[in-house]
Amino acid sequence: MDVLAHAPAVEQGPSLRQRLAAKGFDAVTLLVVPAAVFSLLLFVYPFAFGFVLSFEPKGGGEWLSNYRRFFSDPFLYETIAKTLWLAIPVTLLNLLLAIPIAFRVRLMRHQRLLTTILVLPITLGTVLVAEGLLNYLGPQGWFNRTLMTLGLISQPLKLVHNYWGVFASLLITGFPFTFLLTLSYVTGIDPALEQAAATLGASAWQRFRHVYLPLLMPGLAITFCLSFVQAFSVFPSAVLLGEPAGPTRVISIAAAQAAFEEYDYSMGAAIAMIMGVVQLAIVVAVLASRGLFYRGPASGAKG
Amino acid sequence: MTIALSQFDEVRLDRVSRDFGALNALRDVSLTIRRGEFIALLGPSGCGKSTTLNCIAGLLPVTGGAIWLDKSRVDTLRPEERGFGMVFQNYALFPHLNVRQNIGFGLKMRGRPRAEIDRKVDEALSLVRLQGQEHKLPGQLSGGQQQRVAIARAIVIEPPLVLMDEPLSNLDAKLRLEMRAEIRRIHNELGATTIYVTHDQDEALSLADRIVVLRDGAVRQVGSPKELYETPAHFDVADFMGFRNKLKGQVVAVEGSRAVLDVEGARISGIVQERVTPGAVAYAAIRPDDLVVGDGGRNAIAATVDTIEYRGREFVGTAHSAGGLDFVFRSHQQVEPGSTVHLQADDERVLVFAEPVQGRH
Repeated sequence: MDVLAHAPAVEQGPSLRQRLAAKGFDAVTLLVVPAAVFSLLLFVYPFAFGFVLSFEPKGGGEWLSNYRRFFSDPFLYETIAKTLWLAIPVTLLNLLLAIPIAFRVRLMRHQRLLTTILVLPITLGTVLVAEGLLNYLGPQGWFNRTLMTLGLISQPLKLVHNYWGVFASLLITGFPFTFLLTLSYVTGIDPALEQAAATLGASAWQRFRHVYLPLLMPGLAITFCLSFVQAFSVFPSAVLLGEPAGPTRVISIAAAQAAFEEYDYSMGAAIAMIMGVVQLAIVVAVLASRGLFYRGPASGAKG
Repeated sequence: MTIALSQFDEVRLDRVSRDFGALNALRDVSLTIRRGEFIALLGPSGCGKSTTLNCIAGLLPVTGGAIWLDKSRVDTLRPEERGFGMVFQNYALFPHLNVRQNIGFGLKMRGRPRAEIDRKVDEALSLVRLQGQEHKLPGQLSGGQQQRVAIARAIVIEPPLVLMDEPLSNLDAKLRLEMRAEIRRIHNELGATTIYVTHDQDEALSLADRIVVLRDGAVRQVGSPKELYETPAHFDVADFMGFRNKLKGQVVAVEGSRAVLDVEGARISGIVQERVTPGAVAYAAIRPDDLVVGDGGRNAIAATVDTIEYRGREFVGTAHSAGGLDFVFRSHQQVEPGSTVHLQADDERVLVFAEPVQGRH
């Protein structure tokens, strides 16, 4: 009893610093500050500015009039469908191409060389790719001339300055990105799982269907979202390779025209907001569907 | 028990080879496994034991030889066509499927009716004692439970052959002993023909009916645990089976099954395991258990004690000779480090081997 009586009473709890650290806030957290300031200045501020601006129509009038104008003018609201009609098929096709190639490349020894070759289109930039495609797919380009020499066609195919020109360009510039993301998800799956499935009698297709695909779905959903957002904001190739007044009048062209041809920044901002909402809606829908799939470590062993 | 394993008489490996580029991971491995046998493939890492297992499973194509299941050749089949059950070192459970789905996976892939799958999975669950856990995901199970799922998943497809690749190496020491007993119990209940890969001689000795010792991609010795433990045929097998004292000397005399070696001036006599000729260099191999501190009579060698450890019933010490030989010995009484002792072994417990050929065997 005496010993207990002499023990100093613990009156003070842990210090403020300890309590903050317990909640995950310590000196390291401060390293986030530069990034936070950066995104505040370069993303949050312009976004908020544009958001407010879009409700202040140039010609005065009611605060929603920009949006009302957008959704009443087919020349404007049809750009949403036109953009989606480009971005969604391109993204899906890219994914469909990337998956089998990633499965093959995962087993290759000279992966790095191939990866480098595939990354080149990203580094070239869309304008250079557009120029190349104009030459290659144009009426006098190699592609048409080869087909005509072979006697497969009698007249050049129209492959540029229309939907397919933009489609091809988006496919080429988007593929490396989609592929690299897919590859990282595919290689993240423990190969022992596939071996286990094989010894259990699963054919190659069953192994893909019952083991790889369910484990890949969350990753493929993210890849879809990121690739989709890239394709949705298409601008240079839609102008250079497409028909910017017709079928490839995408939403970013409408925004650019409003802002830089009509000098109606408020309308431009409104279109940009609509563009953002459409992207967000698709991304949210796709990511929400991830909840239907298993999301956890894609390895057969306890970590 | 309705988990009935497919019947066959033997699995035969006929001069199976596997090259990785210029490296021969397996060279002419021939082995016959009879129905119901529990075979351990034992050897140090890199000896080819996992390669052998992967070749049998079909995960690695063989580059030479053939594998037969009775009269049908299986090495040309894809793994999914062989139907051997395999337990992987990291279990390789499907992380997105629960215990029941994991165990039923093989039956589902074979397109069995739902009722049959349910019944067989239930049986497998009770066999590995995992009832009540069937709706958990693998990530929610302990290592030992994951191991049980992996075993259940492999045997529920009723394979002619169960392959296990170091299944206990990821478990802690206590769980390893428990699971070892479990594997033995399941084997006794099902009588499944099993090939078990391990680098742990204790595991091989306690589980297997026959042990195959591999080294550098070749079979060194095949025998019962008792044969391998007591009479290893080669020096490297003895080394692997726990003969930690390796006394290099010169053969003085050979008489029948006995040979006498001159080890640093001491006369050590033992049983000849490999043919030796007088005058040649040879090794005497002795287990730490059989090398004791004695009075310096027959079969003794002087050594200086380095360390001594108390092990409850006795002491285990290390020592070295004047010529630089190292010893691990047993003692009933405390001996002081630094003191000189006579280490002695019974003739019957000393094995004499020829000097191993350098490089690959």
